[in-house]
Amino acid sequence: MIIAKNIKKSFGDTEVLKGISASFYPGKTNLIIGRSGAGKTVFLKLLVGLFAPTSGEVWYSDVNFTGLSKKKKKAIRTEMGMLFQGSALFDSLSVEENVRFPLDMFTNMTRKEKKMRVEECLERVELVGAGDKFPGEVSGGMQKRVGIARAIVLQPKYLFCDEPNSGLDPKTALTIDELIKSITVENNITTVINTHDMNSVMEIGDNIAFLHLGELAWVGNNSEVLTTENELLESFIFASPFLQRLRKAATTNLKK
Amino acid sequence: MQLNFLYHLGKYIKLMGQMFARPEKFSMYYKETMRQMVDIGVGSLIIVCLISVFIGAVAAVQFAYQLEQSFIPSYYIGYIVRDMTIIELAPTITCLVLAGKVGSNMAAEIGGMRQKEHIDAMEIMGVNTAGYLILPKIIAALLVIPLLVAISAFVSIIGGYLSSVPTGMLTSDDYILGLRSFFVPYNVFMMFVKAFVFAFILTSVSCYQGYYVTGGSIELGKASTQAVVYSDTLILLADYIITLMLT
Repeated sequence: MIIAKNIKKSFGDTEVLKGISASFYPGKTNLIIGRSGAGKTVFLKLLVGLFAPTSGEVWYSDVNFTGLSKKKKKAIRTEMGMLFQGSALFDSLSVEENVRFPLDMFTNMTRKEKKMRVEECLERVELVGAGDKFPGEVSGGMQKRVGIARAIVLQPKYLFCDEPNSGLDPKTALTIDELIKSITVENNITTVINTHDMNSVMEIGDNIAFLHLGELAWVGNNSEVLTTENELLESFIFASPFLQRLRKAATTNLKK
Repeated sequence: MQLNFLYHLGKYIKLMGQMFARPEKFSMYYKETMRQMVDIGVGSLIIVCLISVFIGAVAAVQFAYQLEQSFIPSYYIGYIVRDMTIIELAPTITCLVLAGKVGSNMAAEIGGMRQKEHIDAMEIMGVNTAGYLILPKIIAALLVIPLLVAISAFVSIIGGYLSSVPTGMLTSDDYILGLRSFFVPYNVFMMFVKAFVFAFILTSVSCYQGYYVTGGSIELGKASTQAVVYSDTLILLADYIITLMLT
């Protein structure tokens, strides 16, 4: 479980996060949603320790991550996996080498054991046979799946995904969402996803934190989104007239 | 401006400190060092040889011209080319050229990794990125660049021979006599000191420029250019200081 306590972050005179407190649960896909510029990416980078908060704390289970020394933070980081918006795959390494990188760096496994683990992960993300290809030779969706395979290769307790669906078509985006969801449940991982994809919100939003202008404006799950009376969330989720009509129809049906 | 200089100096020293933390896994650092040695060494050999042969050739022709009307014996040409190459031209010109070739490449490589979030990805895995990305480059440069400088000195002397002997400026015996006259082994030591210091400057400054790059492709281009400009300036400054100290 990850708990953020009253997180504030400023860059110069600009206050990007204004005291956010939120909890993220194991075995659930926890979503951070909000408009562009709401502070989602900064919040996610604070959770993983790429930024230090101006004030506030991030707790991993019963450990105050913010207060840890660099060396102790490193130990917790080996329990983290992250999927980046642009996948962040190393261009000069093949798919197999990319997935194997954390194993090479942090384990004393034999070559055979590493190969087996890599194959297991590639199989899990349905990329069997793509190991010899280079990131530039595979599609955007496949790159995301390689990113997921690399993120889970060390069997992390915490999985972070920054805009996992950006640049993907709706069908592929759905596949990625389902994959993240099933991996989360199978391994009881605390997964935190930063997104503004509405399909993701409705499909896998077990626990949703809605940020607005650096503040936590709403917390709930995907079924509560439909009936929310929070105006900010409503105008964000049901932004188009089509979605507004859809929501009206859905709430009318629910009332019946 | 002074504050800006102190800010960057502090950040640079801090980065160097981070770099020397205990490696996560020696075998990974070893592999990366070997890769860098090939990149720097083999990748720069042709350009270094090409430049060196012309440096030696031009130096020999120039001195032959200047000594033409004097009473100084012609075999001095070999002696002057040898010493000038060993003490000054081979380490300085080679490292200035390498700052342009290797330094800008390192700044662009690390800067590109920063922009594509590769460095963030490694940080989250728990990798000491300063150590893994910079230390192997510096170790490789410290091992390979002095070797390149030695090759450069050798090729320069051959260049001097090729430009002066076949053209009849002086005889082969005179040139070789000059090369063997007044040899001071300490000069070779000075050449290697310069090569080590310049190698450290050009790699560490270039990696620093790349590591802290922000923004997009324009900033990456700027970082790459700054890597060359600052490395060259610091190499020339260090050249002066080392010469003062060792002579």
